[in-house]
Amino acid sequence: MKNIRRIPIVLLGLVLWAASFPAAADWQLNLTEGVTEISREVYDMHMFVLWICVAIGVIVFGAMAYSIFYHRKSKGVTPATFHESTTAELIWTIIPFLILVAMAIPAAKTLIVMEDTSDADITIKVTGHQWKWEYEYLESGIRFISNLHADSREAATLGSGIDPSSVENYLLEVDKPVVLPVGKKVRILLTASDVIHAWWLPAIAVKKDAIPGFINEMWTKIDEVGIYRGQCAELCGRDHGFMPIVVDARSESDYNDWVTAELAAAEAAASSADREWEMDELMERGEGVYATYCVACHQGNGEGIPGIFPSLVGTPMALEDIEGHVDIVLNGKEGTAMQAFANQLNDADLAAVITYERNAWGNDTGDVIQPSTIRSMKVQ
Amino acid sequence: MNAQATDLYHDDHDHHGPPPGLWRWVVTTNHKDIGTLYLWFSLIMFFIGGAMALVIRTELFQPGLQVVDPHFFNQMTTLHALVMIFGVVMPAFVGLANWMLPMMVGAPDMALPRMNNWSFWILPFGFGLMLSTLFMEGGGPSAGWTLYPPLSLQTGDALPFLIFSIHLLGVSSIMGAINIIATIMNLRAPGMTFMKMPLFVWTWFITAYLLIAVMPVLAGAVTMMLTDKYFGTSFFNAAGGGDPVMFQHIFWFFGHPEVYILILPSFGLVSEIIPTFSRKKLFGYSSMVYATASIAFLSFIVWAHHMFTVGMPLAGELFFMFTTMLIAVPTGVKVFNWVSTMWKGAMTFETPMLFALGFVIMFTIGGFSGLMLAMTPIDFQYHDTYFVVAHFHYVLVPGAIFGIIAGVYYWLPKWTGNYYDETLGKVHFWLSTIFVNILFFPMHFVGLAGMPRRIPDYSVQFTDFNQIATIGAFGFGFAQILFLVLIVKCIRGGEKATDQVWEGAEGLEWTVASPPPYHTFSPQPIVK
Ligand code: HEC
Ligand code: HEM
Ligand SMILES: [Cu+2]
Ligand SMILES: [Cu+2]
Repeated sequence: MKNIRRIPIVLLGLVLWAASFPAAADWQLNLTEGVTEISREVYDMHMFVLWICVAIGVIVFGAMAYSIFYHRKSKGVTPATFHESTTAELIWTIIPFLILVAMAIPAAKTLIVMEDTSDADITIKVTGHQWKWEYEYLESGIRFISNLHADSREAATLGSGIDPSSVENYLLEVDKPVVLPVGKKVRILLTASDVIHAWWLPAIAVKKDAIPGFINEMWTKIDEVGIYRGQCAELCGRDHGFMPIVVDARSESDYNDWVTAELAAAEAAASSADREWEMDELMERGEGVYATYCVACHQGNGEGIPGIFPSLVGTPMALEDIEGHVDIVLNGKEGTAMQAFANQLNDADLAAVITYERNAWGNDTGDVIQPSTIRSMKVQ
Repeated sequence: MNAQATDLYHDDHDHHGPPPGLWRWVVTTNHKDIGTLYLWFSLIMFFIGGAMALVIRTELFQPGLQVVDPHFFNQMTTLHALVMIFGVVMPAFVGLANWMLPMMVGAPDMALPRMNNWSFWILPFGFGLMLSTLFMEGGGPSAGWTLYPPLSLQTGDALPFLIFSIHLLGVSSIMGAINIIATIMNLRAPGMTFMKMPLFVWTWFITAYLLIAVMPVLAGAVTMMLTDKYFGTSFFNAAGGGDPVMFQHIFWFFGHPEVYILILPSFGLVSEIIPTFSRKKLFGYSSMVYATASIAFLSFIVWAHHMFTVGMPLAGELFFMFTTMLIAVPTGVKVFNWVSTMWKGAMTFETPMLFALGFVIMFTIGGFSGLMLAMTPIDFQYHDTYFVVAHFHYVLVPGAIFGIIAGVYYWLPKWTGNYYDETLGKVHFWLSTIFVNILFFPMHFVGLAGMPRRIPDYSVQFTDFNQIATIGAFGFGFAQILFLVLIVKCIRGGEKATDQVWEGAEGLEWTVASPPPYHTFSPQPIVK
């Protein structure tokens, strides 16, 4: 029998074997230090606790290994007979307790700072939907939805045959990132429309649940310009793994330019809803909207997944009941995964996607739904 | 029938056995038979839950979706966990308790034999209900074993089946627990005072109280979910004045004591095995008992450490952080006492001892990551990542499961009358230990690097460690086939075991024959 010090051997084996792999990935082993004061504090605390654990481990496993090596029957020892010592019990109750106190004090201090969301410079509201994030800038009124990037979506389809490593930032790329200014205290309000999600960005050491019907608060102050990536961290259904978070941290002036441009674009979109649209135009736009917002559930061929997500092909609603169709897309259906899109999409997008559903996959109804119709139905 | 009945209650226990045929297993009220049923059930479920884990690991071998749809993947994680917790670890503990508690306290049988039969036979039906959902339209439950609403309310027809199966499993566990408490309270042999009871008996005694306290809480929570879904209540629906986070509080009020239900009996097993093979009495017996009781008490006031990210008030976060860290103290005491038991002993390393030593080391590693997770500010980074998956698998697999396996090896010669194949046992140990680390250690790394848990696909930088973990998973899974082979071989024959079985073993169970007669201890022995 060999002795029990197998853990290091296994680990060594792992590392050697790891080194023999092609360098496909960065073998990141540890937590990121991040780009905020808080994230660095969190990192330091993580390392502090880790080293405490390592130290205790060395003592405990060392004593075990020594005993396994020297106190074995095959060495001809006779067993000792001692079997209790109040002093020993007291020592190993009190010393660990003191170590814990030493750990708890800095942890409590950091926690108190983390929970202090007062005096923020800007506030954004983040809403989790199945399966995308909506961002709203409370001061400027900018509002948009951030979806998984189409390239990742395509590659992440069962049997797509696309090599994920050929997709840039596979599963960590969105169609529209959140833009935040560096050096400003940003307060983040979190909520959700359907189920619980969690917004997590490792680089700023912030993670909190987005809970339907409740609003959570957190804050950050990013130090460095850059793109930071994270993911939803609470199981939220089928595509939980496919709702990334991307923060684009910019200098204050770049951020202000971005705000101006966004406001202008929103204006333009609103006015485009006033005119009459052609069928082709709607179909083209609708296909894009469908592929971003509906495909996760109703699938590319419109047939859904039996028992969970209904088919839209040749159904009474898609072929006949226009009002019902518009209604369910605008208002969703309580208690199911079908959410209300009235506030997620603008009127042109809504008109386009409904037109698309009524004319794609052989549903050829010929119906054309105008943005103006949507607007009037919203009012009702 | 009549003749058989008189026979069953005949005093001369050397000459009669169970009724013949398969029917024996259906009607049996004998603690050994029921123990055997529980243990086989648990082993079968271990392979089912393991197969589910291998589906998960196969999908995670590479980035991209190759084998299963994400919806099915979520069903696998959910059912894997439910099967492993309620179908493997808990029944295995009850099986060991059934076999050994009466023999360890010097009782003729369990106190409530008919209820004992019931509590086992509910289980297959409970799991039948649960697993049948996989074949329904819309599939099985997929909201994770934690069943958080509102997501769990999106489950289709599987939901009521799942809820009723949880009710059944709860009834079974509660009956098992009542039986254990009744046996320990009433059937101890004369002279077997509480502070003379073996630690396995003690840890089970405390576990049984935990079970009775928390299983009804889980039943209540899932019933509220049922009425939310089908009868228009809004316990967990904010739009109707309810609160989804309330479910989490109720669930974890059950859930944290539950995780101690999954480990305390293993503490007991290891506390039996280490002294035997160290040929030295357990160090600090009474402090072991007090530490177990303190852990059980603390387990009721730490539940919200699973929910640091839900947005609790600061005071709540601090309270749960401090209480959670406090649990490290009694847990540390246990580890130190085990090491002191080995210190200056005369150790040998038969398979049960190897598994027990593996338990101490790897459970401690899981304890370290637990301590890290207890610290709220850093838990924000760890929460819901693979770091957590690594943590709880270290305490559950080389923890709870290794404890159970150690116990099985320890008592297998007693049960069957034959020694198992020691070489095969050692091979089983080394393969399990090597692969379990290849399987779970890399999960710490990907978790810290940012990989969330419960995802069927990941971005490419996590590939390598996931591949290693998958290889470990298959290695570990196949190594368990050796265990099955070994058990079957041992039942069929082998070197005859003595009554004492192990040189250093002490306790009443070693005073009876190997295998023990169908009815042990009547009249009861007297403990001095
Ligand atoms: C998160 C999953 C999900 C997404 C995303 C989704 N749906 Fe649905 N949808 C559902 C579910 C579930 C139902 C069935 C609701 C019910 O039980 O009646 C449904 C129902 C429908 C129906 C009614 C079908 C019928 O015949 O009753 C239409 C129309 C529809 N969705 C359109 C859309 C459109 C348009 C989009 C994209 C803008 C979309 N859905 C996005 C899940 C989804
Ligand atoms: C046999 C070897 C095992 C392997 C290979 C294995 C593997 C896994 C994997 C890959 C996951 C999924 C993680 C995720 O996607 O988030 C998982 C989840 C889980 N496992 Fe295991 N596991 C094993 C044994 C066990 C045992 C014995 C238990 C309990 C006693 C257990 C309890 C759990 C739990 C509670 C979860 C969490 C499920 C959830 O997120 O709802 N596992 N396991
Ligand atoms: Cu999610
Ligand atoms: Cu807990």
